[in-house]
Amino acid sequence: MTKKQLGSRLLQMVIVLIGISFLTFLLTSLAPGDPVRTMFAASGVMPSEETLEVIREELGLNQPLLVRYFNWLIACLHGDFGTSFSYNKPVVTLLMARVWPTLKLTIFSTILMLLVAVPLGMLSAVYKNKFIDYLVRGITFLGISIPNFWVGLMLMLAFCVWNKWLPVISSGGDFKSMILPSVTLAIAMSAKYTRQVRTAVLEELSQDYVIGARARGVKEWKILWLNVFPNSLLPLITMLGLSIGSLLGGTSVVEVIFSYPGLGNLAVSAITSYDYYLIQGYVLWVAVIYMVINLVVDMSYNYVDPRMRLRR
Amino acid sequence: MEKKKKNFFRQHLSFTIFLCLAIGVVLVAIFAPVITGGVSPTEGNLIDSVMAPSKDHIFGTDKLGRDIFTRVIYGTRISVTAAFSVVIIITVVGTFLGILAGYFGGLVDAVIMRISDMMIAFPGLVLALAVAGMLGASITNAVIAVSVVSWTKYARLARSLVLKIKDRDFVKAAIVTGSKTPYMLLRYMLPNVITTIVITGATDIGSMMLELAGLSFLGFGAKSPAAEWGLMLNEGRAYMQSAPWLMIFPGLAIFIVVTIFNLLGDSLRDVLDPRSE
Repeated sequence: MTKKQLGSRLLQMVIVLIGISFLTFLLTSLAPGDPVRTMFAASGVMPSEETLEVIREELGLNQPLLVRYFNWLIACLHGDFGTSFSYNKPVVTLLMARVWPTLKLTIFSTILMLLVAVPLGMLSAVYKNKFIDYLVRGITFLGISIPNFWVGLMLMLAFCVWNKWLPVISSGGDFKSMILPSVTLAIAMSAKYTRQVRTAVLEELSQDYVIGARARGVKEWKILWLNVFPNSLLPLITMLGLSIGSLLGGTSVVEVIFSYPGLGNLAVSAITSYDYYLIQGYVLWVAVIYMVINLVVDMSYNYVDPRMRLRR
Repeated sequence: MEKKKKNFFRQHLSFTIFLCLAIGVVLVAIFAPVITGGVSPTEGNLIDSVMAPSKDHIFGTDKLGRDIFTRVIYGTRISVTAAFSVVIIITVVGTFLGILAGYFGGLVDAVIMRISDMMIAFPGLVLALAVAGMLGASITNAVIAVSVVSWTKYARLARSLVLKIKDRDFVKAAIVTGSKTPYMLLRYMLPNVITTIVITGATDIGSMMLELAGLSFLGFGAKSPAAEWGLMLNEGRAYMQSAPWLMIFPGLAIFIVVTIFNLLGDSLRDVLDPRSE
């Protein structure tokens, strides 16, 4: 990727970010809910309509949409992403507190997934159309069709309710409370990735250089791990980037089930309480993460595949 | 004609089997009142509250005394109609916009593709959550929400397929001989993309069902007292310890129906696109 390409990519990112943030602003303003009322509903005392009106005025909620959007945008450029109505804390503080747990969950579940998907996918590809291949494909097929929130609930039932091995509520953030959320996420991803690894490895196995290596008497495991596997990484990296991106955005369903203190859980509570600025901040975070990862993935091709470097 | 039809189904045995199963699911949805013997899915008798599976209630009852078997059967209706609606909306909208973007290029292409970039920068459920949360929870809004984030895949697909043939000689010849633009789009571009789109659409039915159930589970989809599987799982969650059947059966229902539609999609690909395997 040349400097010029990088520049135009960054410019596109800014345009997309502005579009996304405006869209979210529009959506939140169209919403039927009233953040000021929601704010007081939590405390249980509802002040008079006049008082509510004063607070709305103070928060700047009575200004026209465009004015509010530009005020927010300018504040953002100064590093001020607003204050959450429902938590009464700066949005940045709230988001940052959730980033680490979500990051831990992402790393854990991704490692777990790779430990399952890579060996199974390779096995399935090497023994194509043998019993083991059919078995792996059958299992992954079921894995794709199973709702991950149901898997989470069933795991919870088995390991927290019937056998009290693990905590029901994973808010602690210690190792034990990470196990079930990571396993739940890893199960759904493993099914998808096992199939991808299989396809990618099969594709490479049919290349001429494999036949050549075999003819020269190179050991089969050497061909597999030193040639075929590295070459089949390329398509996987793209997918892995997307998956990590969406994991870093928080996995609402799984986080809600296990009461895990991650970003997804925060997002759900922000949406249900019409916490405008918190939603804005969250959406921006997701969009930035997603686009940065996409960029990194594209740039990583240069290192993974030397052919790309020459193509310049 | 009669003979040819028979051959087709014999030739594609697995497709035929899964098609029959899928039709079976649709029939269950249509004839839900007959199957459940007229029991109401939304009204129960509080005397029967939270009963374990038994002869009278083979899947047990929930806290309001509603029969879980009846609710699971009725749940087929919402899941099937919602998932089909999403798939139809996104394939039609996505294909239409994708063909336009690919065929006209330039500004049209740039605008459509930038919008789709924006949608893609929101990983799946996130924007769906926002839309459903903003517009209020209902199954219709969940359908809208999932559609808004999912059409981009089809637009990209259709666009890339159109780009592949746009500069081929037979297309140029058609334009030179005076074919009008709408005719070009309908007779040249659409037939070229339709097979791939249909295959992708069919394989997406199952995953759309999962997304919709996920939204309902979080409270951004179907609303109580609707008989919807995701919602039922959420309602049953509080009774995990005392009444696990509240969670087991709706989950199994999602699992089975999604598996059937996924298998149907896969076998349809084998029928329509023999190259893939």
